[in-house]
Amino acid sequence: MNAVIRYLRSLMLLELLRGMGVTWRFGRAPKPTLNYPEEKTPKSPRFRGLHALRRYPNGEERCIACKLCEAVCPALAITIESHQREDGTRRTTRYDIDLFKCIYCGFCEESCPVDSIVLTDISEYHMESREEKVVDKQQLLAIGERFEDSIAANREQDAKYR
Amino acid sequence: MMEQLGVLAWTWAKIMMIVFPITIAVAYFTYFERKVLGYMHSRRGPNRVGPLGLLQPFADVFKMLFKEIIVPTNASRFLFLLAPVLALAPALTAWAVIPFDDWLVLADIDAGLLFVLALTSMGVYGILIGGWASNSKYALLGGLRAAAQTVSYEIAMGFALVGVVVLAGTLNLSAIVHAQSGSIFSWFWLPLLPLFVIYFISGVAETNRAPFDVAEGESEIVAGFHTEYSGSAFAVFFLAEYANMILISALAALLFLGGWLSPFQGIPVIGDTFLGAGGIHWFLLKTAVFCFLYLWFRATFPRYRYDQIMRLGWKVFIPITIVWIMVAGVFRVLGWYGS
Repeated sequence: MNAVIRYLRSLMLLELLRGMGVTWRFGRAPKPTLNYPEEKTPKSPRFRGLHALRRYPNGEERCIACKLCEAVCPALAITIESHQREDGTRRTTRYDIDLFKCIYCGFCEESCPVDSIVLTDISEYHMESREEKVVDKQQLLAIGERFEDSIAANREQDAKYR
Repeated sequence: MMEQLGVLAWTWAKIMMIVFPITIAVAYFTYFERKVLGYMHSRRGPNRVGPLGLLQPFADVFKMLFKEIIVPTNASRFLFLLAPVLALAPALTAWAVIPFDDWLVLADIDAGLLFVLALTSMGVYGILIGGWASNSKYALLGGLRAAAQTVSYEIAMGFALVGVVVLAGTLNLSAIVHAQSGSIFSWFWLPLLPLFVIYFISGVAETNRAPFDVAEGESEIVAGFHTEYSGSAFAVFFLAEYANMILISALAALLFLGGWLSPFQGIPVIGDTFLGAGGIHWFLLKTAVFCFLYLWFRATFPRYRYDQIMRLGWKVFIPITIVWIMVAGVFRVLGWYGS
């Protein structure tokens, strides 16, 4: 008797209809996907993206060529050469970062005594040839100048937790 | 001479009037499929090409047409290239007898249902030949599976349609729709409910769609019978499969849901307004519902195992259809349904 009832129940396709109910519900549910270039996820001020070298408000570059970042860099991505300027201060003549070696750990930024090297929140950049993976001092300073406002704002937001 | 040319041109125009909308419908059916599947997977589906992704099917078509057709080494070249045509031709020809509206039918022949059945069965030759001619074990297995499955479900489907013929008393598709006029309860879905369900499930199996897609079975045999096909040859197989799906949906609408008849027909007040009048829009709407069901099934059900498909076809569907043909006969004799 039970077998007959089970057979008749199976003919009503109840389980299949339940399954279709599940997919119907999911079909109507809101979608978590973001339409990426138009919509973006919010980014933390601590986001570690492309590097930049900053300047002081008077236009003087911050970096004093202490080479702490070069020393702390676990991936050996930073290369620095320095010399003494006429006014007696020490400055870099070369500041190269190999973006392919860099692991974006942020140690360089933490080690910097003058907040010169920073990781911006820029995550969308590209290279068109392999040589461009090495960004030099001029490029890094240019990035710093261009995004100084957002860099400063992000540091400001995070300052009380440092 | 001019007269013959005129006939030729008119015939060609009539063919185009059916083939062109079907091609467009297939294109947007693929778009609809990707959207529906996407939504049921909690995704958004294609939305990059054109507004809402509406130009996606054309991007796909042009991509496919620009691809090279690769004929495998040692493949039977002639049969390999003939197979897609053999699959597509019956899928499009069967549309000749489908009545879109009371007057809108290309060939109003008396054996319309028989014609459709004959042609949909022809489609399997394309798949079988394509699978064999590819000289690939996956394609061969896919072709064989498709053949066995189509033959098995052809029987259940045929029996399900016998029920319709018993009630309607005719094989002419327009006449079958006319036999259903009255109200939504005089459509054949009610007296033939089991046959209706079995017809559509068999239709899904006939067109080798999920959950009966063992002929393609991408997780088992790569892509089944069209493993070796690329470019426009693959596109033709694709077009045939989707044209067949729409055809099965259209037949389900015609045979069980009253074709172009309005569901409001026969209801006292609403039935007299424009809602009660039949028309091509009702037919298209009903067809679209079945097309959606195809996609819904695909999003929901996992693939049947091969022996389970055979069991379902032979040991479940065929006995039920035979029993229900008797019941339909009783309905007819008692005069509850049919003329």
